[in-house]
Amino acid sequence: MNIRSRSDKIFDSVNYFVITLFALLCLFPFVYVAAYSVTPYTDYLAHPLRMIPTHVEFGAYRQIFKMSVLWTGYRNTIIITVAGVALNIFLMLITAYPLSKTDLKGRNVILLLITFTMFFNGGLIPNFYLIRSLDMYNTLWALILPGALGAYNLILMKSFIGSIPASLEESASLDGANELTILARIIVPLSKPAIATFVIFHAVTQWNTFFNAIIYTSKRDLWPLMLIVRDLVVDSGGVARDVLDASNSGVTEFTIKMAIIIFSTLPIILIFPFMQKYFMKGMLIGSIKG
Amino acid sequence: MTNSLRSTFRYLNKKKYLYLMLLPGIAYFLIFNYIPMYGVVIAFKDFNFARGILHSPWIGMENFKYMFGLDDFYTVFLNSLYLSFLKLLFGFPFPILLALFLNEMRNRTYQKFSQTLIYLPHFISWVVIGGILVNFLSPTWGVFNLFLQQLGIEPVFFLADNAFFRPLVVLSSIWKDSGWESIIYLAAMASINTELYEAASIDGASRLKRLWHITVPGIKSTIVVLIILRLGHIMNNGFEQIFVLQNPMNLHVSEVFETYAYRVGILGGRFSFGATVGLFTSAIGLIFLIASNRIAKWMKEDGIW
Repeated sequence: MNIRSRSDKIFDSVNYFVITLFALLCLFPFVYVAAYSVTPYTDYLAHPLRMIPTHVEFGAYRQIFKMSVLWTGYRNTIIITVAGVALNIFLMLITAYPLSKTDLKGRNVILLLITFTMFFNGGLIPNFYLIRSLDMYNTLWALILPGALGAYNLILMKSFIGSIPASLEESASLDGANELTILARIIVPLSKPAIATFVIFHAVTQWNTFFNAIIYTSKRDLWPLMLIVRDLVVDSGGVARDVLDASNSGVTEFTIKMAIIIFSTLPIILIFPFMQKYFMKGMLIGSIKG
Repeated sequence: MTNSLRSTFRYLNKKKYLYLMLLPGIAYFLIFNYIPMYGVVIAFKDFNFARGILHSPWIGMENFKYMFGLDDFYTVFLNSLYLSFLKLLFGFPFPILLALFLNEMRNRTYQKFSQTLIYLPHFISWVVIGGILVNFLSPTWGVFNLFLQQLGIEPVFFLADNAFFRPLVVLSSIWKDSGWESIIYLAAMASINTELYEAASIDGASRLKRLWHITVPGIKSTIVVLIILRLGHIMNNGFEQIFVLQNPMNLHVSEVFETYAYRVGILGGRFSFGATVGLFTSAIGLIFLIASNRIAKWMKEDGIW
């Protein structure tokens, strides 16, 4: 007994050590960037690993608050996130609910049609041509509509609604309620955990992605925040230079870049701890159906 | 005939709200998925915008012949395949190990807390992660080079060095997504019958033994399904990640099909050729998906269909 519990103890220590190390590694870059966004550059050069500034200096933030491109990016990102999430949830609910009815004629054909899109797609150029043909090139619609409804999440939603006991709906339909009413009054309230999960998923995607923007827009005033950040922080050529030079104030490029990273990621980091409860539940929806 | 027509009509009338609800979703998939699928025909045409898809002339396999004759094509093909292979080899097992470790943690509060931190990078944009990497590794002000300098070593321009590009891509994707990918294994582990563990511990099996003989077999079918899905994406390296880490100096190893199609198709305006590259990668992905599903079935596993 003693021997075994000793090997179990070693196992435990190794386990906790590995997980703690990896968890710290996941957090470390953000703490590091945050620390040096408020540290004078000379301090950083002298002690790049100390991470505790001798004095806190918010000059970089004062500079980036003056950059109008960042605020335009913020505005665009908020628009495409809010509109994208609203459209995504609406489409997903009205499509998933009828498809959850196993006896609905034509259901299997439609499901097959939807499932196939997970395994084959037209690719970059045909999609680009579609957006051009729909006159959505250089509009925010091109950043909202493509991706507004995805097969995988739709099928998860369908499974979730399908798992709601039919008896709850039947009593309502006996009262003469039609399916639209049932969806709004019974299905939606009971699907709140699933809806919350998909709101988080889609909002995070819309906040973070820049692929559609790089393909479907060429005007800077339509760029979402992440494309602006790419220009300022990753690329540091062309326009980025102008902006940084214009903000000639003694704050160095490095510190400004660190501040931009924090500024653009802060909303996610702030709401992240509150999201976990929902997406853990949401992942379990997925695992029900394998 | 009229009778069956009438009964069909009656059925549709009875279910009219359900069918009406389906219309926008079906329209969505037709427009945003099936029209682009039809659009792949421009790979077989000499496409130009003024004429549109229908009126551009057919040229058969000319675009493919041209593509297979390019040296660039083989470089891009190898880059894409090699990078996917490395990601699969090193990136695929990591979330499984992570899930095994997390699953064995007895202290639930500490488990939850560490999970929160481990999932965090998944929710951060590749732009931000790329920005952090580019600046940490910068030859002028990057912390790695400042550190090397203090040791008296010459600064290294990591992202311009072909030798560092692939390891950086593999490591950064492990760091960003393996925590998130471990969730699905944790869910599979949660559905393993707990009596198995109790019986094994009565028989005197150590934790490590129980893990190996109960937990691992319990998640085997999940592992198989995820491998199949991964192989279906063998030609996709993730545009956003590659794009933020790419620069003219590492292009020789960093150019993959997704960035190549963007460069020739969108930036270069060669739509037919770009579509040809895209169709080629989709077709290879589909072949890998079907083949790996076959192999899984042949090995008496469930597969994905």
